[in-house]
Amino acid sequence: MINKFVLRLFLGSLVLFLSAPLVVVAGVSFNEKKSLSFPPQGFSLDWYAQIFTDDGWRQALFNSVGVAIGASCLSVIVAFPLAWFLWRFHAPWARIVQVLGLAPFILPPVITALGFLSFWTTAGAYGQPWTVVISHGIFFVTLPLVTLTLGFDAVDDSLVEAAATMGADDKTILRTVILPLILPYIISGMAFAFVLSLNEYIVAYMAVGFTVETLPIKIFNSLRYGYTPTMASVTVLFVAVAVIVFGLIARFGDLPRLLGAWRHDEDG
Amino acid sequence: MSGLVFDSIEKKFGDFTAVHETSLTIPNGKFVCLLGPSGCGKTTLLRMIAGLEDPTHGRILLEGNDVTRIPTHQRDFGMVFQNLALFPHLTVGENIAYPLRIRGGSKADCFKAVKRLLELVQLPDMADRPVAKLSGGQRQRVAIARALALEPKLFLLDEPLSALDAKLRESMQIELKQLQQKLGITTIVVTHDQREAMTMADLVVVMSQGKVHQVAPPVEIYRKPKDAFVADFIGMTNLITGRVNGADQIAVAGGVLLADDVPASGDVTISVRPENIRLAKDDGANAPGILTGTVSYIRDLGASIEFYLDVSGQQITAITTPSDRPDVTAGDRVSVSFPREACVVLGDA
Amino acid sequence: MKLKPQKYADYATIAFPAGMLTVFFVIPFGIMIAVSFFQRVQGAFYEPAFVFENYARFLTGFFGGILGFSIGLAALVAVVSVVLAFPFTYILTRMSRQAQVVWLVFLLSVLSLSEVLIGFGWSTLLSRTAGITNLLVSLGIMDKPMSLSPSFGAVMTGMVYQTFPYTVLVLYPALSRLDPSLVEAARTLGSGPVRSFANVVVPALRNSIVSTLIMVFVFALGCYLLPQLLGKPSHWTLSVLITDQAIYQSNMPFAAAMAVFLVLVSLSLVAISLLYGKKEHAA
Repeated sequence: MINKFVLRLFLGSLVLFLSAPLVVVAGVSFNEKKSLSFPPQGFSLDWYAQIFTDDGWRQALFNSVGVAIGASCLSVIVAFPLAWFLWRFHAPWARIVQVLGLAPFILPPVITALGFLSFWTTAGAYGQPWTVVISHGIFFVTLPLVTLTLGFDAVDDSLVEAAATMGADDKTILRTVILPLILPYIISGMAFAFVLSLNEYIVAYMAVGFTVETLPIKIFNSLRYGYTPTMASVTVLFVAVAVIVFGLIARFGDLPRLLGAWRHDEDG
Repeated sequence: MSGLVFDSIEKKFGDFTAVHETSLTIPNGKFVCLLGPSGCGKTTLLRMIAGLEDPTHGRILLEGNDVTRIPTHQRDFGMVFQNLALFPHLTVGENIAYPLRIRGGSKADCFKAVKRLLELVQLPDMADRPVAKLSGGQRQRVAIARALALEPKLFLLDEPLSALDAKLRESMQIELKQLQQKLGITTIVVTHDQREAMTMADLVVVMSQGKVHQVAPPVEIYRKPKDAFVADFIGMTNLITGRVNGADQIAVAGGVLLADDVPASGDVTISVRPENIRLAKDDGANAPGILTGTVSYIRDLGASIEFYLDVSGQQITAITTPSDRPDVTAGDRVSVSFPREACVVLGDA
Repeated sequence: MKLKPQKYADYATIAFPAGMLTVFFVIPFGIMIAVSFFQRVQGAFYEPAFVFENYARFLTGFFGGILGFSIGLAALVAVVSVVLAFPFTYILTRMSRQAQVVWLVFLLSVLSLSEVLIGFGWSTLLSRTAGITNLLVSLGIMDKPMSLSPSFGAVMTGMVYQTFPYTVLVLYPALSRLDPSLVEAARTLGSGPVRSFANVVVPALRNSIVSTLIMVFVFALGCYLLPQLLGKPSHWTLSVLITDQAIYQSNMPFAAAMAVFLVLVSLSLVAISLLYGKKEHAA
């Protein structure tokens, strides 16, 4: 049927379009010589090893991972009490705080980055490594906030009421009923923040670009000052990490639901 | 010290009154059903006992103590929710032990208690089963066991059997009643199913639109309904309006009926249950308590026979057993006799 | 059981996130707004003042040109993205759950790539030594490899690449909640799949499409690197200029002024888009 063919063509072209740069970059990463050429001439895994053997790249890797872990933890620590409060209490004024939690992510990153630049400069802490952890942590608060809000919504009110009738106060309910049910959402929120922090360039650059090199910053610097196929292997690494993390979330959680779909058996 | 007392309780949600001012006493150790159609306020009343809603006015007293301001988790009762609310992340045993665990109960004590409770609800050896793998009836029993874990003073159930299929529901009604009798615990069940209430309850509280119509044992509710709503809601009935015509007489369309407790004057409505009406071939007799009508339709249900009659323009239903069946068919004229003790004068709804 | 907070302790839980967000988001913003009024000092950073000089530069032809180009580019990218993404997302939401999950993981992974990586990927793909033309040469389709960037086409392609997954995810909730019986009804009345898509799905989600266009427009406005990496200086956008002024020209006040302007534009557009979204929900 013509329609099926057109459909396949459309989807196929999209796959091609979306994966083309990744394929090329992957190809470049296997190149034997220290030049960017495609199709690759020769095959070498050197540039992957470089990530760990070259001091500059290895340090950047540690920096990136360290910042990502710190930032994702921070964003959950900030998002959780907010999501809990919005769920537990009837407080219209709290919507303002919720908007504040959503705002950093909705605005163009350049702006948030500039905001942090001015802030840290004024605070006199510009360039300190921990500033980027806080900057990313706040920048990515939106992600766990969204997943946690979804998670709290999914908690059956009658479970909470039943626990109360059995003698559990707020704290106990939180510990014994809510946390176990919400854990998947905490983890997925953290995972989203982690992956995005790993990849993020402009906020990190404006906060600590001159003192701390994360991987994206190093790639950008390499773009300006010296190409090396290690850039390509790092990019491939990023994609691999993203696929693994999102794949795990999909495997153990309900990815379509997290992104806004309703389950087929609960039509609104 | 008389059990649970509602003292002038009222509950409003904004402009909407869910429960109009009510005072009610529920004696200790009794099985009480709050009965009424959806939206009548029965669940709201139950939730106020549990502390899940606060009354807008009034007090709730348990054994003489004012518990109105005491938060839910400090009240001493067990509750079964309509959707059972079993914790999906815990096993059967963990669910039942929950109230004990959060009070710092030791593993050994919890184990013993769970065993005892599972035997009580006839689910032995189910402690390690995950909740998701239970049937509807089994989940029901686990919810009951969990609610009773702390040996509470009150046992509250919100439409506990509505999710079960008909056959299971019937057997659970009996089990629930037997359980209550065995434990002697004050039990309050919310239901919209009048057969359920009639089966299980020592005392029925009939409600509609936020008002309590009648509080009485089931048989009394049936035989002596207080108003038209109760008469109509419980079982089948015939409602006949007429005007007082003497000490015990009411003039209705087509004749005169006799009843007890007739008011001095005015219009009244009386309720007559179909099974109390006597039918016979019309022999022209005309006396108080007897009206004539025409048979519109006969429904033979095997164990009973329903007669749909037209009596002076009003539709009357009568039920007889096969052996008492009069020899009439549709279209025949019959004499319809309303025994005095079967005519119940109703108050205003 | 949703009560109003009763005791002071109840407010404690929201105090922490509120505090964090105020200190690390509201205040930085406030400072940025303040800086936009500061006086740029040659050779140093800037000194506190209150001048409109930075905003006045908006009125120059140079700035006007960049603004016009930024808006035009972002609009074009948004339109292309939505035109591609809308039918795709519709198809996606009709797929089996497993297929959907695979696509979603793929799209999320692409989405997580920052502009740097996308820029790197596309500049490589379009380059003379390591790009698509090299592949075509080795396959014998082309004679000589050539560089396809910097060019306007390259910028467009890169930006559409970046906005496409975002557009899909913005459209996803609305399209996955679309009642399938609408299209089924159309099909039973004789409408082919393309016709029923065009006549039923598109009008039903009109408001979603509009609000998505706006969201993608805002997103595209924020591209700070791709126009610079894949395009010529004439292709620079507002965000590129902001980054350039802030970092390389050390002109914080001017960068801040432009950023404030960008925020106002973004916020008002987001607000409009939310209103559109609500209208549709009500309907």
